Amino acid sequence: MKQFETVIGLEVHVELATKTKIFCSCSTAFGGQPNSHTCPVCTGMPGSLPVLNKQVVEYAVAVGLATNCKITQYCKFDRKNYFYPDNPQNYQISQLYLPICRDGGIEIETEDGVKKTIGIHEIHMEEDAGKLIHDERGENSLVDFNRSGVPLIEIVSEPDMRSADEVIAYLEKLRLIIQYLGASDCKLQEGSMRADVNLSVRESGTMELGTRTEMKNLNSFKAIRRAIEAERQRQIDLIEAGKEVVQETRRWDDAKEYSYAMRSKEDAQDYRYFPEPDLVPVIISDEWLQEIRERQPELRTEKLERYKREFHIPDYDAELITSNKKLADIFEATTAICHLPKKVSNWLMVETMRLLKEHEMEIEEITFSPENLAKLIQLTEDSAINSTVAKEVFEKIFEQDIDPEKYVEEHGLKTVSDDGALRSTIEKVMEENPQSVEDYRKGKKKAIGFLVGQTMKAMQGKADPGMVNKILTELLQ
Amino acid sequence: MSLMSLTAVELGKKIKAKEVSVEEAVQAALDAIAEKEDKVNSFVTVDAEKALERAGQIQKDIDNGVLSGPLAGVPVAIKDNMCTKGMLTTCSSKILGNFVPPYTAEAVRNLEKAGAVILGKTNMDEFAMGSTTETSFYGATKNPWNPEHVPGGSSGGSCAAVAAEECSYALGSDTGGSIRQPSSFCGVTGLKPTYGTVSRYGLIAYGSSLDQIGPIAKDVTDCAVILEAIASHDKKDSTSIGRDSYDFTSALTDDVAGMKIGIPRDYFGEGLGTEVRDAVLAAAGELKKKGAIVEEFDLSLVEYAIPAYYVIACAEASSNLARFDGVKYGYRTEEFEGLHHMYKKTRSEGFGTEVKRRIMLGSFVLSSGYYDAYYLKALRTKALIKQAFDRAFEKYDVILGPAAPTTAPRLGDSLSDPIKMYLGDIYTISVNLAGLPGISLPCGTDAKGLPIGLQLIGDCFEEKKILRAAYAFEQTREYAHSPLAADVML
Repeated sequence: MKQFETVIGLEVHVELATKTKIFCSCSTAFGGQPNSHTCPVCTGMPGSLPVLNKQVVEYAVAVGLATNCKITQYCKFDRKNYFYPDNPQNYQISQLYLPICRDGGIEIETEDGVKKTIGIHEIHMEEDAGKLIHDERGENSLVDFNRSGVPLIEIVSEPDMRSADEVIAYLEKLRLIIQYLGASDCKLQEGSMRADVNLSVRESGTMELGTRTEMKNLNSFKAIRRAIEAERQRQIDLIEAGKEVVQETRRWDDAKEYSYAMRSKEDAQDYRYFPEPDLVPVIISDEWLQEIRERQPELRTEKLERYKREFHIPDYDAELITSNKKLADIFEATTAICHLPKKVSNWLMVETMRLLKEHEMEIEEITFSPENLAKLIQLTEDSAINSTVAKEVFEKIFEQDIDPEKYVEEHGLKTVSDDGALRSTIEKVMEENPQSVEDYRKGKKKAIGFLVGQTMKAMQGKADPGMVNKILTELLQ
Repeated sequence: MSLMSLTAVELGKKIKAKEVSVEEAVQAALDAIAEKEDKVNSFVTVDAEKALERAGQIQKDIDNGVLSGPLAGVPVAIKDNMCTKGMLTTCSSKILGNFVPPYTAEAVRNLEKAGAVILGKTNMDEFAMGSTTETSFYGATKNPWNPEHVPGGSSGGSCAAVAAEECSYALGSDTGGSIRQPSSFCGVTGLKPTYGTVSRYGLIAYGSSLDQIGPIAKDVTDCAVILEAIASHDKKDSTSIGRDSYDFTSALTDDVAGMKIGIPRDYFGEGLGTEVRDAVLAAAGELKKKGAIVEEFDLSLVEYAIPAYYVIACAEASSNLARFDGVKYGYRTEEFEGLHHMYKKTRSEGFGTEVKRRIMLGSFVLSSGYYDAYYLKALRTKALIKQAFDRAFEKYDVILGPAAPTTAPRLGDSLSDPIKMYLGDIYTISVNLAGLPGISLPCGTDAKGLPIGLQLIGDCFEEKKILRAAYAFEQTREYAHSPLAADVML
């Protein structure tokens, strides 16, 4: 049996988090009535002209710096010409000859702990296209230009990956860096991060690259993994059957776990790239570059170290919390209020994760405020509520971001710490359960558990279990 | 005598002095248009109603003292490749036959702010591609000096309207000579400013890196005044340049003593008509008499300007005109099967021959495998031409030459031989490639009575030097009204 090696390179498109489009001042907000976020520029009206959004350059440079790229301080835009109705000018303003970033790379670590560097060939800026909507009867297609002109960066890797694990590790690392920079939310499902997989196989030990295919329409890490496995196998099967792999673009259908050819190299279009005459070259001065460098936020590695140092939380906690920018932001904001880092970390790692899983939500979709989580932690810290009640209240915070103080008040969930009231309830419970009392006194110490339970029940869960235990022990003596 | 025989500045003064109302001025223009359009066909669209309505508003603003500039209330015609909100803008093409822009070009807005009244949109070569205004879908414009001859192009409609005195002045655009050459053929004065001086926002692009809007009028004074009104630093146009000064009229002094004028020998070689040569050299003689130092020199590279220009302009055009596809606005073919068929049929039917020729040429030079050999080489040639001018402007304040090798050809003579037509742009094209300002003004007529144009070229941002030289020369002769303009005066 021949052994095959998979060679993978990625083209990752990331929608930048600017408020306005790359070449006009229309909003980039997702959704909105069709064609409501449009103007003469992003609908390709005759005579309209593009004006570059400076923030796009700053985000692109920030990503370039964080991925160890060289910044092209004199860079230009080019036109990529092709006819398609979602592209109002029938050309896309992109960068071919002088992309803004080049020759970078990031270190990844796969699940089995192997570290390696994945090279980044280039990062370039470009505009997104509009969206085609096909009517149900298939008679007409409509165009929505709201997305037309939304800024993108395309991050082109070197063909340095050898497995789906490496691809996922690379994408996760890239996503984390970009999220930390605030340059994009990088949601695969919503398309703010899109990855095209270029894959070829070759016999192990050979140096020459095989013929590659490009896989599109990969909307989740799972789909990417499945598509890689399937394409690897498809190419190996072809080679083993003595057939040739055709250089082509394929579309992945994740429901069918199958890809089909969209276009081959023969009908590849000639994009007739040439320098965009409506824009002047982008000159990134040393001063500007330095400004962007100084503004770079703390990235994950630095944050991880700081958390351990500053908050004294365990390595495991720090790693988990910094693995997501949003989670880290919530952690810091909450800790800043309640000053109980380990407690905050526990709520995030245990209950938050449990509820996310239960609701099939992503961390990015968390809506609760650090203020309310901090209040909840304070309530438990003051023993105003017990842990069972706290979990119940947290569910409400998680779902509706309620104010826990008010909620506890309104629902009468405060722990009864009045010694007298508790004592009389316990006495009543002991009266009603003479058998258990006797069992305990005869040495069956476990019987106390039942009595605590009955007391809690009688108190509707609002008692402090520690206190109940203490009083019971005392009365049982 | 019609009010339209006055210069824009003269009419503006009369309006300001309340000798003439804005409505009277606009009505005079509309009357002239009604009377002459059959003979000249300068306009694609005339909106009399809107013009008269606007005249009323402007009169109020003048009376209230809100408007006091030299162009307040003066009627203007706009080349049909500049967007005008709510007014048909066709580029003289079938493909934009129904296009009403939702916004107004910045240069036109600047004129509106100065109180201009827009009469309508002037005819042109389709998408500004041509040198005769014969490639218009809406019929050829005729030369007001002789209806058997072309007015030049592509701003032929604007130049003919000024020469026929259907308006006080007009805006044109110049990519390879499209203001200066028709100005020369029609006996009017046209200025192409330094690239970046007038915003291109709202100008429907032909060759984006070369296009520039400029004034067309009866004299140099008008051109300077209009340029002051339309020039601006526009953030909507990334190639717009903020200039230190927007004063141009202070250059209008009859004083060229000590001014160094260079005459490129390369401009007086083969292909130049004798009558044109003599008239242009006589003009140089007049300037010399006024104290200018006139010298001949070798500019070099002149023969490379035309190929470089056609490669660059057509490459840009092939991409700029891709948006006209029947999807969003403009003409769409009636019957088609599927998207690609719709694209092909719409564009085949919507564009004329010359436009298609240039789209194909441009697509070819940008194709993979040809890009370096054609497009990149053209860009390098462009840079060398700029250097040749830089060297010349180290020695001279102004370069003097003809605007075109001949006077206006007869209708139909040019289109049969496109190469010959392209060669007619030889004196104007390099000015666009180098981004320089140039002005064309009348300096005589040939034996057939057709006007001859003198071209003065300045270094970047040196409009004032060419305006000064042009103004000084202008003082040596009387403005000659075209026969069509004179017709109505009888």
